Amino acid sequence: MLYFSIPLGKLVRRVSRLRGGGSALPGLVVEKIDPGFMRRTLSTLPHGVAVVSGTNGKTTTTKMVVELLESQGLKVFTNRTGSNFTRGVAAALLGEVDWRGRLKADVAVLELDEAHAVHFVNSVPPRYSLLLNVLRDQLDRFGEIDKTAQLLQHVAAKTTGTVVLNREDPRVARIAGTLTEQDVQYFGLDDSLLSTFPNDDDMRAAPGSPVPSSLPEKPPADVVLRRVGPDTADFEYDGVTVTTAMKLRGVYNIFNAAAALTLARSICGGGAATADHATLLTALSQVEPAFGRGESLTVDGQPLDLVLVKNPSGFRLGLKSFPAGGYATMIAINDNYADGRDMSWLWDVEFDSLRNGGVDQLTGSRAYDMALRLQYDEVPVGAVQPDVAPALAAFVREAKGRPKRIFCTYTAMLAIRRELSKITTVEVVS
Amino acid sequence: MSAEPTAGGPDSKGTIRVVQLYPRDMNIYGDWGNALVLRQRLTWHGYTPELLEYNVGDEFPEGVDIILGGGGQDSGQLVIQDDLQSRAGVLTDLAEDGAPMLVICGLYQLFGRFFKTRTGPVIPGIGILDVETHGTDERLIGNVKVTTDEFGEVLGYENHSGQTTLGSGVRPLGTVAKGTGNNSNDGHEGARYRNVVASYLHGSLLPKNPAIADFLIRTAAERKYGTFVPGTPDDRYSVLAREHAARRPR
Ligand SMILES: [Zn+2]
Repeated sequence: MLYFSIPLGKLVRRVSRLRGGGSALPGLVVEKIDPGFMRRTLSTLPHGVAVVSGTNGKTTTTKMVVELLESQGLKVFTNRTGSNFTRGVAAALLGEVDWRGRLKADVAVLELDEAHAVHFVNSVPPRYSLLLNVLRDQLDRFGEIDKTAQLLQHVAAKTTGTVVLNREDPRVARIAGTLTEQDVQYFGLDDSLLSTFPNDDDMRAAPGSPVPSSLPEKPPADVVLRRVGPDTADFEYDGVTVTTAMKLRGVYNIFNAAAALTLARSICGGGAATADHATLLTALSQVEPAFGRGESLTVDGQPLDLVLVKNPSGFRLGLKSFPAGGYATMIAINDNYADGRDMSWLWDVEFDSLRNGGVDQLTGSRAYDMALRLQYDEVPVGAVQPDVAPALAAFVREAKGRPKRIFCTYTAMLAIRRELSKITTVEVVS
Repeated sequence: MSAEPTAGGPDSKGTIRVVQLYPRDMNIYGDWGNALVLRQRLTWHGYTPELLEYNVGDEFPEGVDIILGGGGQDSGQLVIQDDLQSRAGVLTDLAEDGAPMLVICGLYQLFGRFFKTRTGPVIPGIGILDVETHGTDERLIGNVKVTTDEFGEVLGYENHSGQTTLGSGVRPLGTVAKGTGNNSNDGHEGARYRNVVASYLHGSLLPKNPAIADFLIRTAAERKYGTFVPGTPDDRYSVLAREHAARRPR
């Protein structure tokens, strides 16, 4: 049977691309005239649908899972455009199905925003879900962190096969206790690395005061991140520890590699017999950060790191993972919807590590909130310029000959990338 | 309870002891910023700050000069409610005696008579403030601008579903010029009683509203030492952050 909606949706997609439009409109068109499109299309996949959700690291983790599965010869459908909403998935599907509505793929790996994941899993129950973390982020959207945990729990409950959980995040690990039908797998951290992952609950606890308890006894994890070196990492699975090179930087990214590995092993089958671990590890070692999630560029022959910061834990990890020594530093804070509107979170980050070198340039719609925050941590501030373009130009000019680092919120990162593309070659947005 | 290292020396105008209530369970929206601002401004005014934390089960500190309380989630409120009731006496005595206090959001609600949650259970408050709060389905979220007599324009960010109404024993902190404030009906934000300042505003509140921070410090110094001799904090960034924040949409 031919579905009229698909040719129409594809047409809308072409037209809206020609006009430089976003991915949501064609998805909306198909959804309106053919609400069963997405469920019908995804239900034909032999390995089903895997959903990746959580506060931090969804995009990079989804990318890792896709590359791991592709290394095993699977054809993977994913929502690459970064539209992490149901409509974006429908739009992405339109780009991939043939005119009869058939999707040529073995499995779908989808990044889903916590809030939209619920609508999505109600209409398309996934076979696999990977739940990364629940952190203080965008509370102005979801209200409360406990609420976010409930949304993830709903995703887990709707999963028909395997649920992969972060053993080290109490709000995520606790979800296991609510599941009866599903197979549960964990990814975990070596105890020696736990201290590099401050959780939100002990963020303001003074030295010596008790840290909220996680699970009384840690369940065994399918994959455990044991050690992180300058450009290597040790993962333990199937009772052995393997060392692999890593292009990803930052402990939190590499922890998400353990998450991706666990999910990929679940989909391909764990154990030595099924997944080919040599190719899995090679693929893992080659993963680069997803677009807009922190990357290294070159400006005037010097490295320039973009570090995405969108919540207090992320900012603290960013400061810890990228020591300030020898770098010129800029911070760009916007308060648009995608950044989070509430500036309170800046007060939960400690900036002492920037005190020695100071911060050369501040920008963004909340540049003066950032300046005020740094003043109270006695961090010297160079210049403050809320407009991104002149601020970036001044930063690049005045830090000539030095490696540079920019900590930025999401929309500030997009603006900086746009401006940088006028100065240097950067990856182009699809 | 633990003490932070304190600055100051022979030139100090005196020590001011600030106690932050329940930072472990009631600090979800950056209210730590209020403690940090008091600590630094005390230093800038020439006093020696002593910052203490009070959590569930701790011994209540002696000689408290300023009380700070933050916002939390519903689950945090449930965790602290019994302990808070056991401290109702000492906190009420301090408030009646004129100790300066700042309570935000969740602890604002629990400093009132009660918080009737949306699903039914009533969390009793400690009744220092003549206010009552009712949980709703509606979440009031966004930038807020409040006009006040005492502190000029007050700027912050609200995020709450409890709606608070004031009794005759308190007066509002101010009138909302942008945002919602205490509830969706009367246009009032926050509450004032003796030297207690209560507000829904995060942001954190004190960094961009140094007038409130200095009110707490002046009141504490006068109450303890009879006089307050101000220093000269550099508020350039605060002024600019206020200007830019005031222009941001709801
Ligand atoms: Zn609040």
